Amino acid sequence: MQHESAIREPLILGHKTYHDITEDIARPIEGRANKYWYLVFTIAVAAWTWGIGCLFYTIGTGIGAWGANKTVGWAWDITNFVWWIGIGHAGTLISAVLLLFRQKWRMAINRSAEAMTIFAVMCAAIFVTMHTGRPWLDYWLFPHANQFGSLWVNFNSPLLWDVFAVSTYFSISLVFWYTGLIPDFATIRDRAVKPMSKKIYTLLSFGWSGRAKDWTRFEEVSLVLAGISTPLVFSVHSIVSMDFATSIVPGWHTTIFPPYFVAGAIFSGFAMVETLLLVVRKVLNLEHYITVKHMEYMNIVIILTGSMVGVAYLSELFISWYSGVEYEAYAFLNRATGPYWWSYAGMMTCNVISPQLYWFKKLRTSLTFTFVLSIVVNIGMWFERFVIIVTSLHRDYIPSSWTMYHPTWIEIGIFTGTIGMFFTFFLLFARVFPVIALNELKTILKVSGESYKKEAAAHTHDHH
Amino acid sequence: MSAKKVIHGIYDDEETLKKGAIKLRAARVRVKEVFSPFPIHGIDPIIGVDRTWISICSFIYGLTGMSLALLMTWYMMISDWPTDIGGKPSFAFYMNLPAFIPVTFESTVFCAGHGMALTFFLRSWILPGVTPKNPDPRTTDNMFLMEIEAKPEDETRIVAMLKESGALEVNVK
Repeated sequence: MQHESAIREPLILGHKTYHDITEDIARPIEGRANKYWYLVFTIAVAAWTWGIGCLFYTIGTGIGAWGANKTVGWAWDITNFVWWIGIGHAGTLISAVLLLFRQKWRMAINRSAEAMTIFAVMCAAIFVTMHTGRPWLDYWLFPHANQFGSLWVNFNSPLLWDVFAVSTYFSISLVFWYTGLIPDFATIRDRAVKPMSKKIYTLLSFGWSGRAKDWTRFEEVSLVLAGISTPLVFSVHSIVSMDFATSIVPGWHTTIFPPYFVAGAIFSGFAMVETLLLVVRKVLNLEHYITVKHMEYMNIVIILTGSMVGVAYLSELFISWYSGVEYEAYAFLNRATGPYWWSYAGMMTCNVISPQLYWFKKLRTSLTFTFVLSIVVNIGMWFERFVIIVTSLHRDYIPSSWTMYHPTWIEIGIFTGTIGMFFTFFLLFARVFPVIALNELKTILKVSGESYKKEAAAHTHDHH
Repeated sequence: MSAKKVIHGIYDDEETLKKGAIKLRAARVRVKEVFSPFPIHGIDPIIGVDRTWISICSFIYGLTGMSLALLMTWYMMISDWPTDIGGKPSFAFYMNLPAFIPVTFESTVFCAGHGMALTFFLRSWILPGVTPKNPDPRTTDNMFLMEIEAKPEDETRIVAMLKESGALEVNVK
């Protein structure tokens, strides 16, 4: 059996047995939801419904229902697309990259992070399908035999790469998530008392029995999926950034974009995981599994990626001057001091300054502070995409076409709707799916469980 | 010759089960199957489960995905209808290849991932509608079960061995 140093803090608090883990994680599924759950769920569904109404209005009226115009052709749609897809990056990072690095703390959080990824990518997909203006023709994005002659899609274009990247990312994340869920559904199935839930969980668990060979294959599949998801997660946001970087718009035409976008995506994704998990651990009584140490680890990732984003902002600024390209220099001057200065200031404060506060141990181990800052980071990351997209476009090469962009209530409605949809799905997930990979967690109980660690420490002490 | 007996030894700890399996193996008793709530590392060589080939399958699916993507981009962009987009003509495959790398990569990952997951589901026969085969519902919670098929004359010997190795329950069918 593997041993862990006594000075490493335990990842499962209290005295737990294998059965306790099953009980604690199955309880929210088997019990009834409280009134707060229903309250938040109602609000989320209402917001989602509102968003659907705005979507139908856009489809019926045309893209003119939005504030985008001839100069600012991409605005809230792509801002929100990039924001959501960025949030979606933490899930795969936690489950794939941390699996490859054998980080045991991922086990308490990977399930909900992956769920978050899937829901966030669904939200992103709404914007990307809508921004084409005629969503009923979106099948044109795929290379298919068509009746328009032998004209194919353009494989030289990053916009097409994006279609492939996002759809691969979504489907692979879904399979990764579901494969991990199968043994846990089996646990819920074998505990189920009501015939109806027994039937549903038998179906969901695909008849999993937990044979030795199944487990061998299961572990191999997890490992290989993690291996291929790791470059996948980096490729997706790199390709998203190339949608901008391969253009000749000042402020977009930068080689720093791929790593800068990937760091930003992980940064915002971890912040969203924190926001959700801080609520989940409290509401579902999972404080023994999602501990302060878990939050601290995530906060450390946030300092790292936040600093990378900060370095990227500053090098962009420096290069815009150092390049000697006056358009580039103006684009950055306009970002910082032009009519949208407030969004630039918001971005700098939320993304560069605020994560640095986590250097103080007191702050990065404070749950209230983490909760507030996780929301601040996501506001900052939304502003980042707004700054990149709108401020680069609204003053283009021809001053006569300079204009401003203001969102309409329809656009605000669609954005609110996606937030509603995200939370609707997440709340349903928290009620019917095991929110922690409970069977995987059992594998680290003897190594990282608090009572086991204490026992091991006492044992070692006796020998010396 | 009478029918074979199926013996189930149920443990509450994976290490105890593993030690029990080693003893059974030393006594030339074949462990037919082990059911557990999570993977027991190191059990496979003891009970004679071979290594899985699934990652090699995945590699082959990945190669297939890569070849398909290269064939597709070559056919659509170079062979069937070459177009000059933004002053970048499509003269030869090797000239455009850098632009085709992202799609090729995504296609490789797509086929490797989905192909492997499908192979896993089919080989292990875990699909919607399949009836679970674990003999005891506790094996997805906190119990570890060892299944042994034995001749009736060996029954008492094996039951005694299982009990001795720390099994909480031994059931014979």
